[in-house]
Amino acid sequence: MSKKNSEEFAKKIRLKTIEMVYKAKASHVGGALSMVDILAALYSGILKYNPRKPKWNERDRFLLSKGHACTSLYATLALSGFFDVAELDNYAKDGSIFLSHASHKIQGVELSTGSLGHALPVGCGLALAAKRKNEKHRIFILLSDGELDEGSNWEAILFAPKHNLDNLTIIIDYNKIQSLGNVKDVLDLEPLSGKLKAFNWQTIEIDGHNHEQIFNALSTLPKQKGIPTAIIAHTIKGKGVDFMESKLLWHYKSPNDEDFRNAIKQIE
Amino acid sequence: MNYEQLLIELISNDNRYFVMTAENRAAMRGITNQIKNNFIDTGITEQTMIGMAAGLALRGRVPIVHALATFLTMRAFEFIRTDVGIPNLPVKIMGSVAGFLSEANGPTHQAIEDVSIMRGIPNMNVFCPADLQDFNLGIKKVLQHDNPFYIRYLNLPNVVEHSEFEIGKAEVFGNGKDIAILVYGMLFTQAFKVKEILEKKGYSVRLLNLRTLKPIDETEILKTVNECKLIVTIEDHFITGGLYSILAELLLRNKKTTEVLPIALMNKWFKPALLNDVLEYEGFTANKLAIKIENYFEEKNF
Repeated sequence: MSKKNSEEFAKKIRLKTIEMVYKAKASHVGGALSMVDILAALYSGILKYNPRKPKWNERDRFLLSKGHACTSLYATLALSGFFDVAELDNYAKDGSIFLSHASHKIQGVELSTGSLGHALPVGCGLALAAKRKNEKHRIFILLSDGELDEGSNWEAILFAPKHNLDNLTIIIDYNKIQSLGNVKDVLDLEPLSGKLKAFNWQTIEIDGHNHEQIFNALSTLPKQKGIPTAIIAHTIKGKGVDFMESKLLWHYKSPNDEDFRNAIKQIE
Repeated sequence: MNYEQLLIELISNDNRYFVMTAENRAAMRGITNQIKNNFIDTGITEQTMIGMAAGLALRGRVPIVHALATFLTMRAFEFIRTDVGIPNLPVKIMGSVAGFLSEANGPTHQAIEDVSIMRGIPNMNVFCPADLQDFNLGIKKVLQHDNPFYIRYLNLPNVVEHSEFEIGKAEVFGNGKDIAILVYGMLFTQAFKVKEILEKKGYSVRLLNLRTLKPIDETEILKTVNECKLIVTIEDHFITGGLYSILAELLLRNKKTTEVLPIALMNKWFKPALLNDVLEYEGFTANKLAIKIENYFEEKNF
């Protein structure tokens, strides 16, 4: 799929995400919006998958480590054909499988996440499993910046290059804001690129909203044989809705009627 | 058969088995080259190793993970609960030097709450063999089980020939009616001697080697409670959450009560020492246990 299609796809995901968060009076819209362009690119040309056969053995595995931002993943999966878009109306309703953290009971979701620092260790296991059987599919993990505070990620970051897991790619949604403040103020990650390079990862930095850059980064993997790839995607929290952009408030806040109307207008 | 031979046999018959360790190779040091396609040492990364085990299990493997029981069950607890427990993956968690077996290592290394925290996880099962023979009798069924298992690994010699193993079934010795001893793990050996000592003194004793604490053999325990005057639980575990708690829950669930003497670690870590000295100091030698049980029985005037 082309860059233009991917941008159109991102717009649809954003609209659906805002609608879900608004209707359910849910949180985490800021972090859901910052990763939309990455999701759109992944599901419109990068990942190998078959929505009619979600357990297809040769599929690429995508794990959302920042499970709290699952609204835009659910929207992406629905719009990619894994299930009916109408099912998203059940999001965060009593008895629904569409929980406010990613659930593996949903078609296309590989792992229940929400507790931070889990998907990368599991992803290392998936990558190791594939390597030992010489299977060609790839493993992609999307992490938040705040969750890099968790030590388990750094254990896994040590592990993957040591064991030549070049079928593993991490994408860091670096929107610079975590739950209660700026990343640099809470627990600074910088120099992030330098850290990942020092841990022996192939590391590249991109604008996480520029579809051409996202496609370029994700189209030729691994960047170097035998070495896992880390993509630091510089993003904007709440991307696409000006009054949400880079605002800490929108980590947890839910849009009211007026916010919702304004947000939809802007994205359309 | 020793544990290394067992792993080689398992893997050569079934390529799904995958041996993992967080740099604790005591149980498989001699065979890592022979099983290298089904082996990984992840470094000292218990939590991350469990995450990886979940990833391997999602791809159809049956990971057998190894580390000291303390670090495996506690440092990695949330990973076991979340990545293994929630999707109910068949990861087999092999905790070494649990309970008194940590000997002189000190409180940091004492896994004496492991049964309590592992059994609290939905889908998780708990196997605590009495000795190497008991372990060998049970381990294949445990590894072949579809659910996750926590295993108190040990390789101590047996003092008695054990009978056939079945998950959720206790091994019963004798049919005494005065005193019933419920035990699991390495203290079985002491408990077996306690039975002999008490019998020589004229008491009628039965002994239950529980083998799996989850699932627990509710039928056999209820039968024992109905038939015996005094129930004694013996465990190298904190009093909270282990066998005594399992028994209490079981009795309450069945609207029953009975006379119970719990022998466990009463809200304290044990004094670090060589195993025999630990047993002596903490009062878990057969002789000391027998005296304690006899005194309690006589006080009660059954």
